[in-house]
Amino acid sequence: MSKCEAPNHQLLTPAHERISWSENNGLTKIPYSIYSDREVYEEEQEKIFKGAVWNYLCLEEEISNPGDVRTTWVGETPVIVSRDHEGQIHAMVNRCAHKGALVCLKDADNKKSLTCVYHAWNYDLSGQLKSIAFQNGVAGKGGMPLNFDVSQHRLQPLRVTSLYGLIFGTFSDATKPIEEYIGPKMSAFMKRNLNRPLKVLGRHSQVIHNNWKLYAENVRDSYHATLLHTFYTAFKVNRLDMDGGIILSEDKWHHFSYSKRMTHKLDQEYSSADVHSAKYKSSLAAPELISSWEEFDDGITHSIQTIFPNLVIQYTLNSLAIRHFVPRGVDETELFWLFLGDKGDTDEQKHMRVMQSNLTGAAGLVALEDGCINSFVQRGTKTSPKQTSFVEMGGTVAESNESSRATETSVRGFWYGYRNIMGFNQTS
Amino acid sequence: MNTFKPLDILNADSFNLDVNNKIESFLMQYAYTLDDGLVKEWDSFFCDDGLYFLTTVQNEEDRLPIGIIHCQGRGMMSDRIIALETANIYESHRYCHIVTKPSIRSIKSNLFSVRSNFSVYRTMENGYTDLFAIGKYLDQVLLVDDIPKFKERRVILDSRRVDTLMVFPI
Repeated sequence: MSKCEAPNHQLLTPAHERISWSENNGLTKIPYSIYSDREVYEEEQEKIFKGAVWNYLCLEEEISNPGDVRTTWVGETPVIVSRDHEGQIHAMVNRCAHKGALVCLKDADNKKSLTCVYHAWNYDLSGQLKSIAFQNGVAGKGGMPLNFDVSQHRLQPLRVTSLYGLIFGTFSDATKPIEEYIGPKMSAFMKRNLNRPLKVLGRHSQVIHNNWKLYAENVRDSYHATLLHTFYTAFKVNRLDMDGGIILSEDKWHHFSYSKRMTHKLDQEYSSADVHSAKYKSSLAAPELISSWEEFDDGITHSIQTIFPNLVIQYTLNSLAIRHFVPRGVDETELFWLFLGDKGDTDEQKHMRVMQSNLTGAAGLVALEDGCINSFVQRGTKTSPKQTSFVEMGGTVAESNESSRATETSVRGFWYGYRNIMGFNQTS
Repeated sequence: MNTFKPLDILNADSFNLDVNNKIESFLMQYAYTLDDGLVKEWDSFFCDDGLYFLTTVQNEEDRLPIGIIHCQGRGMMSDRIIALETANIYESHRYCHIVTKPSIRSIKSNLFSVRSNFSVYRTMENGYTDLFAIGKYLDQVLLVDDIPKFKERRVILDSRRVDTLMVFPI
């Protein structure tokens, strides 16, 4: 008996006891096994996605009416997000309390209550069981035991919170309030981009053949931007951008990077009547692709913000989008794109956001390479679990850098957070 | 005289095809052009102000304006072609389109609403083939000097999940 269990016990050894990853090199030399080890992946489901993090679920706008329901995933776990008839938002595991079947099958729906199709167990929009079929049997025969009590059964709830129109959920009671979780710097920048009446302009997804953490690194990596993505250079797009900076959250888990228009250019333009049009010179046959306007007075024209573990907020020119990358297996990730506008947009502004949507997404002219580059790393590393990467551009620490984006500082920030949550810092 | 350019075969003066046949041949020629790697010819199938909009069936049903590719006019298409040929990085691959017989409805004397279904297989450099995209074409085809051109080609994907990335138009 114990002989049979031994290998199982072996499998349950935590990654931090199994994988050699010293604290000295914790942020700069990432062991390749971390991207392809199935047990690490399973441990992440428990410690990260079901741990003390806020997971992005959906927009408030996407469930704006009572009875609106959306399905999503927290890590690999299927989740329902709902708005009840009092306007309260709920999230719960999409798994019937009876036999564990999926309760909601559509991406989006509007329901009076939630009913599992298997045996018609019926839940209210908060996930509380209300009734079951044949509780008292049929014609006096069968039925549940007399002590069966519907109030004792429900869909497993998540705690929910909202910030600037985004709904987050957590399985853990230990997760700090969201503003504390992301910290004041991240919160202020989220507010800049999202604190307005948001409108969904379009959605799609792409399946990328790599571990979810490679995408988490990729979006934090400003070093690669002009090297891999050459669209702007090829079309001689004069972006008038000065090199921007990178801000890490207080705990280093989250970040945003930004680039700004050159201050003196901005000054010149303020003296002209053309203040709010950001014109870009290029050799594009159809420059309306990058027609844009200045929505904010801070001069920031591009930004990417990450919220640990798997949320990205993109604001490139005026193209505002949520990217939610959902793990589908140790070497597969589904990247969901949600393009947004402002309900107050003029027709012209909406048109600019629509044209700019060509820059990103599964066919994005500027960044489509990100769809394949991470799979190149996956394929390159999976047979070398003991080798490591070398992440020292811009130094060896994870600190904000407001003068340069030629740095991997926020990639190191991700690993700082990852090592903490996965327990690697306890053993070194 | 005997060297065909892609669209010559559609010229009514050389071939007395009826309009339906002409439009059907036009759709086939579009697919074969992309399948033969002649993406640089892509924009020549469109009117100068033509629309190419590739989106998902969910976006189409929700009437959402942002899909996956949205080109208004041949200029945006030629920019995309140049980007694919000079700037973008991806593993080389080819498409094989299977297009169904279209249903064609006349809107005006020279403007037709055309619907067909497609499946697109993608074969990578290493020979691996997968079913890449499934959906329907909703077209408006204009006869310009008797030669068909897309005034609109709306490509509606049933397959919302794009595998890896979408480089070439469908």
